[in-house]
Amino acid sequence: MAAEVEPLERQVAATAGAGGMPRHHQLIFAGLLAFALVAPFVLYPVFVMKVLCFVLFACAFNLLLGFGGLLSFGHAAYFGSASYVAAHAAKVWGLTPELAILCGTATAAGLGFVFGGLAIRRAGIYFAMVTLAFAQMVYFFSLQAPFTGGEDGIQSVPRGALLGLFSLESDRTLYFFVLAIVFGGLLLIYRIIHSPFGQVMKAIRDNEPRAVSLGYRVQRYKLAVFVLSATLAGLAGSTKALVFQLASLTDVHWSMSGEVVLMTLLGGMGTVFGPIVGAATIVTMQNYLAGFGAWVTVTQGVIFVVGVLLFREGIVGVLSRWLKKPL
Amino acid sequence: MFELLGIPPQALFGQLLLGLINGSFYALLSLGLAVIFGLLNIINFTHGAQYMMGAFVAWMLLDYLGIGYWWALVLVPVIVGLTGIVLERLMISRLYHLDHLYGLLLTFGLALIIQGLFRNQYGISGEAYSIPSQLVGVQNLGFMFLPNYRLWVIVASVVVCLGTWFVIEKTRLGAYLRAATENPTLVGAFGINVPRLVTLTYGFGVGLAALAGVLAAPIYSVNPNMGADLIIVVFAVVVIGGMGSILGAVLTGFGLGLIEGLTKVFYPEGSAVVIFVIMAIVLLVKPAGLFGRTA
Amino acid sequence: MLISAFNQTNLALRAAQGRKQKMQKGKLLLVSIAAMLVATPAFAQTSVKIGVLNDRSGTYSDLAGEGSVVAARMAVEDFKAAEKGIDVTIVSADHQNKPDVASNLARQWYDAEGVDVIADVPTSSTALAVNDITREKNKIFLVSGAAASDLTGKACSPNTVHWTYDTWALAHGTGQAMVETGGDSWFFLTADYAFGHALERDTSEVVEASGGKVLGAVRHPFPGQDFSSFLLQAQASGAKVIGLANAGADTTNAIKQASEFGITQGGQSLAGLLIFLTDVHALGLQTAQGLVLTEAFYWDLNDETRAWSKRFAEAHNGNMPTMVQAGVYSSVLHYLKAVEAAGSKDSAAVMAKMKEMPSEDALFGQGQVRQDGRHVHDMYLFQVKSPDESKGAWDYYKVVATIPAERAFRPLDQGGCPLVK
Repeated sequence: MAAEVEPLERQVAATAGAGGMPRHHQLIFAGLLAFALVAPFVLYPVFVMKVLCFVLFACAFNLLLGFGGLLSFGHAAYFGSASYVAAHAAKVWGLTPELAILCGTATAAGLGFVFGGLAIRRAGIYFAMVTLAFAQMVYFFSLQAPFTGGEDGIQSVPRGALLGLFSLESDRTLYFFVLAIVFGGLLLIYRIIHSPFGQVMKAIRDNEPRAVSLGYRVQRYKLAVFVLSATLAGLAGSTKALVFQLASLTDVHWSMSGEVVLMTLLGGMGTVFGPIVGAATIVTMQNYLAGFGAWVTVTQGVIFVVGVLLFREGIVGVLSRWLKKPL
Repeated sequence: MFELLGIPPQALFGQLLLGLINGSFYALLSLGLAVIFGLLNIINFTHGAQYMMGAFVAWMLLDYLGIGYWWALVLVPVIVGLTGIVLERLMISRLYHLDHLYGLLLTFGLALIIQGLFRNQYGISGEAYSIPSQLVGVQNLGFMFLPNYRLWVIVASVVVCLGTWFVIEKTRLGAYLRAATENPTLVGAFGINVPRLVTLTYGFGVGLAALAGVLAAPIYSVNPNMGADLIIVVFAVVVIGGMGSILGAVLTGFGLGLIEGLTKVFYPEGSAVVIFVIMAIVLLVKPAGLFGRTA
Repeated sequence: MLISAFNQTNLALRAAQGRKQKMQKGKLLLVSIAAMLVATPAFAQTSVKIGVLNDRSGTYSDLAGEGSVVAARMAVEDFKAAEKGIDVTIVSADHQNKPDVASNLARQWYDAEGVDVIADVPTSSTALAVNDITREKNKIFLVSGAAASDLTGKACSPNTVHWTYDTWALAHGTGQAMVETGGDSWFFLTADYAFGHALERDTSEVVEASGGKVLGAVRHPFPGQDFSSFLLQAQASGAKVIGLANAGADTTNAIKQASEFGITQGGQSLAGLLIFLTDVHALGLQTAQGLVLTEAFYWDLNDETRAWSKRFAEAHNGNMPTMVQAGVYSSVLHYLKAVEAAGSKDSAAVMAKMKEMPSEDALFGQGQVRQDGRHVHDMYLFQVKSPDESKGAWDYYKVVATIPAERAFRPLDQGGCPLVK
């Protein structure tokens, strides 16, 4: 997707090369971490964990969309399939939580490799439709396969004990485990974006023919970013399964794919912190508007419309423009 | 369940005929989408919601104003088409200079809004709309009883599809339209009001969706969700048929109906997903679609 | 409240007698007297928070939805909670028929919002999720809307009461009745998910046990839109009865399309295995006439149900209550009576009272909550009237048979519930 180029990004490349993360990014991460450490004592911990999981999902998706320029309409496939596998691993195989999450993430990575490998042969709307088709097949499989429990989903997933030693049954303890995973994921994504690999991805996004002419194996890069994005989405999904102790069809439905696009769009695609804001906003909105039935759908629609017409850069994008600093 | 082999031919014909009827809806809807995408490069995700609006407006005309089915067939596409024109003028036209995936996101958002509003207002149980009295009854075809109304659906959609194809491919108006999409500046230089042509075409495409909605109202339940799951199937049809090809969309629509009909006999649970399997295969093998011209 | 404070004091004193330190006893006595004094002012409050969780915007919003909240409020009024010193708050939310949404809401309600009991919850997958969470958090769950007979079977819980109906009752009601009236060959049109399969399975058992035959079944994707193909297969099978093992929009669509294809005119009957009054209302009598169905309640059964339903309709836009909404009223009423009898809202104590006391109300008459949490009451076999037979809006059913409570529900020993000794 030929996104509008952010000239400020070149400033980042210049400063980041010198000593790692630019100062204002360090401050933002520190601020987020501080907030996240206090949050479970102030807000309902399960709610904050939900926000965290979706933050990771949206950031993973943004890796593909904002930095890879590829709009996938079927990302729920990786999120959801990882969720199912992790739930099954924890409940039926009795694995400890970190192993269950690993299983889920590995599944997502594998699917990402297979589907991505096929999907990247096409571009633009066709790429999006292929990813959608694959996601629908995953949905269908989830509906039919006995182990996924169909409409019921996999319920009563045990949270288990981390490494067999630390029980995660308590919401607070689990929270810090989830925070560690999500934060680790975010830092990893940040690292990927600001690495040479990330630079090449942005070059491919902005002008693919030129990247090809410079000798880059474009298809390989695209596949790599797809797999990374799918893997991290799977990490988010597996963690979510343990938080809610449930894996259900909602996780693989195409509306979940639509929601993650919404989160990224709202927050700002192509920004680092955009999806964090987008995910937090959407999850909070869904939580508080849940009592108003279809108004949630209408509100999401309005956000899409207003976002596309007026705020294509998203909240963080607009913020970034004001502050004249890349975010 | 019936065995895979030994299904009597009459039963098979019956299923195929039913599949053809469903195919008519797919064809009409994908026709509208193909017109809008093929000629305007707009990915109209609102199409499902506009189909639903067509059914609802038909019901509203009957329930609130006492206006019956036959008038609805003419009025509803005009009314809903007008709303489509408003949308296009106010919002969609602002995105023409951007990547057309933005258009997809915008129309997706619009679809959510429309569906949400209707759901708030009318709930989800669905409204009843009866088959017009002239079309009640069944024809005994020997291998099955075919309701007259369903026969009418096939006839109507074939007529409309052929008519539209003819206008676009064989008339001067169609030629202007095709030219305008390929080179708007040049066509504009000839004195043709290109933006107006685009707007009217969008309105026409939306009107087609609404017409499908009116045709659907007597046999499917008129409820706010009726377009939601249908839209991704219709997209799949258009993509398989070739996004620029009108004929491709129509033929694929009918074809999908037939394939779905067969699947329902041999593996009914799979009838919802067979289209996506086909779409994935086609996209990977022949990306421009079965009838599409490579862009 | 005074009485229970006194009881608590008594118990505490007896406990203290076991100990040797008299000082302990003395302190305890002082504290207890103080508590009694504090508790004395006229109406000391137990406060109870009831959460009505159901589908408020989707396919089941008409048969449950806001109506269930209305019913719960009527129960609180009729119980005269205020006069008895029990302060009741009712909250509600929409689970959108999704187990993840339901489980999150239930968890949040129990953890963060002090909800003590959840009521209604249609859609079996959501009810199973809430069932688990309620057991984990040791609260109470009054199921009215959901059908899964597993709730009092393998998934039974000491914290759950399954009030209104279940798949076994439906299967045995409609299935048996139809076989006995000559419908001895069946073909199923089943929604391809757990509920549909369960309904098909339960009904097949009944049909075969009553001497009938199941000629075949076809599973349609859930939710479905067009059933013409499956109905054609059903027609071709020649079965005398086409059993619709689905619910909501699937059922109403299938019935409409069956009418269009002249299926009933061809001599086959349709058995709607799960149909609600609101479905018939949506279909219209012209299409729905002749349908046989099993329900636990109908507004026009007797004077008491009529009076109550009139009150309900006034509070709910003129819509008559469905059995699910009636079940919410009954279960909440019984729960409140149990809280009063137990003197506290402690889950174990209240559940014990609910199972101990027989239930009695205007809607279900006499009933009893069994060990496995199943509430047993009479069920009714209805047939939908033709347009000529009906005298007006909502006058849709005629009673064909009453199925007495002892026969209406699965026998206690057949469910596989671990609570049953």
